Amino acid sequence: MSRFSTANCPKAFSVQSLSPKNTGDSFAALKTSFPLTLPVMAGYVFLGITYGILMVSQGLPPWLPVVTAAVIYTGSMEFLLADNLVSSFHPLSAFATAVMVGARHLFYGISMLDKYRHMGWKKFYLIYTTSDETFAVNYSADIPENVDKSWFYFWVSLLDQLYWIAGAALGGLAGTLITFNTRGLDFVMTAMFVTIFMNQWLKDGEGFRHLFRNHISEFVGLSASVLCLLLFGADRFIIPAMLMILGILTVFRKWIDTEPAAGQTPRKKGEGR
Amino acid sequence: MTSFQIFITIAAVVLGTVLTRFLPYICFPQGRKTPRYITYLGKVLAPAVFGLLVIYCLRSVNFTGGTFGIPELVSIAVVVLTFLWKRQMLLSMASGTILYMILVQTVFR
Repeated sequence: MSRFSTANCPKAFSVQSLSPKNTGDSFAALKTSFPLTLPVMAGYVFLGITYGILMVSQGLPPWLPVVTAAVIYTGSMEFLLADNLVSSFHPLSAFATAVMVGARHLFYGISMLDKYRHMGWKKFYLIYTTSDETFAVNYSADIPENVDKSWFYFWVSLLDQLYWIAGAALGGLAGTLITFNTRGLDFVMTAMFVTIFMNQWLKDGEGFRHLFRNHISEFVGLSASVLCLLLFGADRFIIPAMLMILGILTVFRKWIDTEPAAGQTPRKKGEGR
Repeated sequence: MTSFQIFITIAAVVLGTVLTRFLPYICFPQGRKTPRYITYLGKVLAPAVFGLLVIYCLRSVNFTGGTFGIPELVSIAVVVLTFLWKRQMLLSMASGTILYMILVQTVFR
């Protein structure tokens, strides 16, 4: 019997998911999503290589950065792990560190609740592969009407994860062979977040009219982060900054929330009140 | 560490990370109505977080000595201006990054 016979396949792999319409949808979404992942590719492959080199230089086997890149898939945590794995055994503190470092995923989850609704079987994977970059690309993307949203999100998530794994593999196996001067290449991530920030800024309103009201979230995000960076230092400002952002946006909700309560007519964002 | 201890440590890190990723979706499942406060946060958090991520990328830049953050600030200015001008994300990212690499490899060594 042919190995590819669908007769005995479990339901999840039924012919339906491979029907022409579906593969067409997925391919169109791949074409739309791929260009948006290019800066992530540059950043992830580069950072992944750095990570692979670091792990191997700690005397760990080259497959370990590849496996951890795939299953943990949080760059900042993995760099900490490289140190952790060669010191003494403290699984509970490793768990606590992972929760602290990953705390920003809570914000990403809350922001994506609506967009990742009704994603079917892809939803689990989309949540599992939430990273700073994937979140930023998927949240800010203007997906064309004729492109399937779930496939778009799926490809961005999968491609980004593959870039990171490929980088870690390259670094683990061949890191020492790289002679090209890559100094400064990591700036691609900064550049990406700046453009995503600018894109969001322009979406929330252009020009100087109602500058503060239209961009209050952006102002809160920037100023709370700068303040906490100055107060707590580079290594521990993320959690205080998140709490401060959450606090300010909660306290001033009455003034910021432009969404009408039930029964009122909707008011467009940016209009006077 | 032994191989077993490495395995347990990695498992602990995976568990902690996965928890932070799934918690919002577990707390607010799609079948039930999400509280208004959370929908509000879902709208206003992202723009603030993008600001946080920009600052996060710049956290180790020394603004009081060394290069005084000049390569970073100049390159960010180029990213912002080219984006306002052309509205092309890839173009802005590429020009900013290439300029930054030139600056730190030649002028600000």
